[in-house]
Amino acid sequence: MADQPKYKTSDEVDFVIIGSGAAGGILAKELSTNGFRVVVLEQGPYLTEADFTHNEIEILAQDKLTNHPKLQPNTFRKTPDDKAKPQRAVMYGRCVGGTSVHFTANFWRFHEIDFIERSKIGAIPGTTFADWPITYADLEPYYTKVEWEIGVSGLAGASPFDPPRSKPYPMPPLPVKSSGVIFERAARKLGWHPFPAPMAILSQPRPGRSACINCGFCLAFGCEVGAKSSSLATAIRMAERTGRCEIRPNSYVHRIETDANGRAVGAVYFDEKRNTHLQKAKAVLVCANGAETPRLLLLSANKQFPNGLANSSGFVGKNLMLNSGGPVFGQFEYPLNDYKGYAVSRIFHDFYELDHDKVGFYGGGGLDARFDFTPIGFAFGGLPPDTPRWGKDFKAALAHSFDRTMEIFCHGTSLPVENNSFSLDPELKDAWGLPALRMTYKDHPDDIKLGNWMYARAHELYEAAGAKKHWGFPAGESQFAVHLLGTCRMGNDPKTSVINADHRTHDVKNLFLCDGSSLVTSGRGQPTMTIEALAFRAADRITALAKRGEIGA
Amino acid sequence: MTNELSRRSFLLQAGTGLSAAWISANWPALLSAATHAHRAGQSSAPPKFEFFTSEQAAEVEAITACIIPTNDTPGAREAGVVYFIDRGLATFAIDDQETYREGLPELQARVGEMFPGTAKFSGLKPEQQDEVLHSFDENAPATRRPRRARPGAQNFFETVRQHTIAGFLIDPDYGGNHDGVGWKVIGREREHMFAAPFGHYDKDYPGWQPAALEAEKK
Repeated sequence: MADQPKYKTSDEVDFVIIGSGAAGGILAKELSTNGFRVVVLEQGPYLTEADFTHNEIEILAQDKLTNHPKLQPNTFRKTPDDKAKPQRAVMYGRCVGGTSVHFTANFWRFHEIDFIERSKIGAIPGTTFADWPITYADLEPYYTKVEWEIGVSGLAGASPFDPPRSKPYPMPPLPVKSSGVIFERAARKLGWHPFPAPMAILSQPRPGRSACINCGFCLAFGCEVGAKSSSLATAIRMAERTGRCEIRPNSYVHRIETDANGRAVGAVYFDEKRNTHLQKAKAVLVCANGAETPRLLLLSANKQFPNGLANSSGFVGKNLMLNSGGPVFGQFEYPLNDYKGYAVSRIFHDFYELDHDKVGFYGGGGLDARFDFTPIGFAFGGLPPDTPRWGKDFKAALAHSFDRTMEIFCHGTSLPVENNSFSLDPELKDAWGLPALRMTYKDHPDDIKLGNWMYARAHELYEAAGAKKHWGFPAGESQFAVHLLGTCRMGNDPKTSVINADHRTHDVKNLFLCDGSSLVTSGRGQPTMTIEALAFRAADRITALAKRGEIGA
Repeated sequence: MTNELSRRSFLLQAGTGLSAAWISANWPALLSAATHAHRAGQSSAPPKFEFFTSEQAAEVEAITACIIPTNDTPGAREAGVVYFIDRGLATFAIDDQETYREGLPELQARVGEMFPGTAKFSGLKPEQQDEVLHSFDENAPATRRPRRARPGAQNFFETVRQHTIAGFLIDPDYGGNHDGVGWKVIGREREHMFAAPFGHYDKDYPGWQPAALEAEKK
């Protein structure tokens, strides 16, 4: 933090970046490294490793690292015909580093099919299913860049379904867990192809960062030794070292200002004391996540842009995808002690592309072996369904189960449906008096069918593994989102997309968007790796445009 | 289906990113009640109560001891859960004070109603205590129709139940789980870091090999 410049808000910097997470952190690093003057506005606080604890109440119940449901309430409805009711609908990281601070760190690449599937299988009724304007080959160098620059552990060539890669992983996989061994052996028995899960967690130390110490407080928690490759532990620090990038925390952007020519002039934000400022910049990059990016564009509506900024397509906030799936639980005879260590050690992708004619629905995905419970969380959610809720039998079940339980997580596609969206609630306001985020969502029937099909495979695997017990819950209609995808999608046609392949909005030439909102399809469940590859690529495209004098920066 | 997941099944109906930790962490209102993040007490078992009177503390402790009883292993009593709750009500769970203020007299009234002549919950026999608590537990297999303290109010028993579990299992550095007894009961070692092998099934793992290679060896 010491090397940061302090830009005046009246000083027109080259780029103002809104959001410091997976995409914003990488864009800040790349653009400041390329010689540009950058201000990053982050709505949350600047916490560092010393602030990260194992306190479940502080982290999970009080939202120390995440958006607070009382300060920033949401509303939810299933369809545009319903009136939305106040309900927590989204969760995302609200601190420097964003959601990458607390994520599980599953870091596999999308496959070739994810970018061209519409062409391969055709239109799907009731959806806006489309191809990307870029292919896997365009993104491959940037996937490699993510793996080497931020640090991803894994084993190249271990999965026969993996897409081609130009380089191996920079470090070996993390040590296998008991859940991973059980999963690997049973999956092979069934003829499937498990492999070591690629994780954005260090298996070997890097300068200033420890290798994973297997403390067991991973998902939901910030990493106190810098082993998790969050933007905080990686890109943000590199950006700061350029001496050209200022990270300004506690800065809640609520409007992008435009001039008479329809160009963005800067970002308007509340500081910690709720004073308003306008940070001027030659170009504005919004990396605020798939919920807050469209919300900000809608909040920025003015006479010239009455439907919201960059919204001539009407697609800002639309086509929300969450990824289908969920956990299935299994219990074994002897202790797994899976509370030790990071979450996911084995995975397989045999079902990445299911044959529609055989299964009767669109979709595909993967299964992974994990344990991501904390002790209190386990007592509330990890016990078999027939367990009493208190008393001596509850205590006995808890004592028996905690070290003998694992999860198989099923993760898969969601289809883009136009009505599924984020918008501004017409009534509810947040603590700053701004319209609250409203979520409208009803799963495409194929997403639910896929979820249940995958759960059945997980139960099959537990049977093959000789589990003492296994249980789960049927897939149903989603009402809560953490993967926030597709809401300002990329495309060549300004009528059906918000940004072009350079991440530039079709409508405002010096306004760029990059985060989960840019995705055209959902992938098979773990989007952050692709968001970061897109950010590295966007930085190259934006730098080239700026150097040609095409955006004013 | 009595566990938390099935009770709040709508939360399960979420995208892949919402894994089990988040689902289970969505503790209804209770522990997240405080608008501002007060820090939980850093020391375990303070010598005196901040919120409860000593009489109230004895009642609450008796409830916690029904939720996680002491038998051949330590329970809520040994974990000092009542101190955790007391400290919580003065700090992070300040919004739950009302639930306790109204719930404790309700409990006393219920005790008098069900066991005339007995004034205190803590004075009942263990089976009698369980019977009283079952009458408050909306999710218990009901022999008696459960009643809320007042319409719309946070269920008193459910509040104490969740606070008790939290106080029994929280990292001992944060004001509960005295001496780590809760973790001993569930088999969680207290070290701050661990190294492989972790458990029974990975201890003899020979290292990852491609399936084809394994097949060749056979």
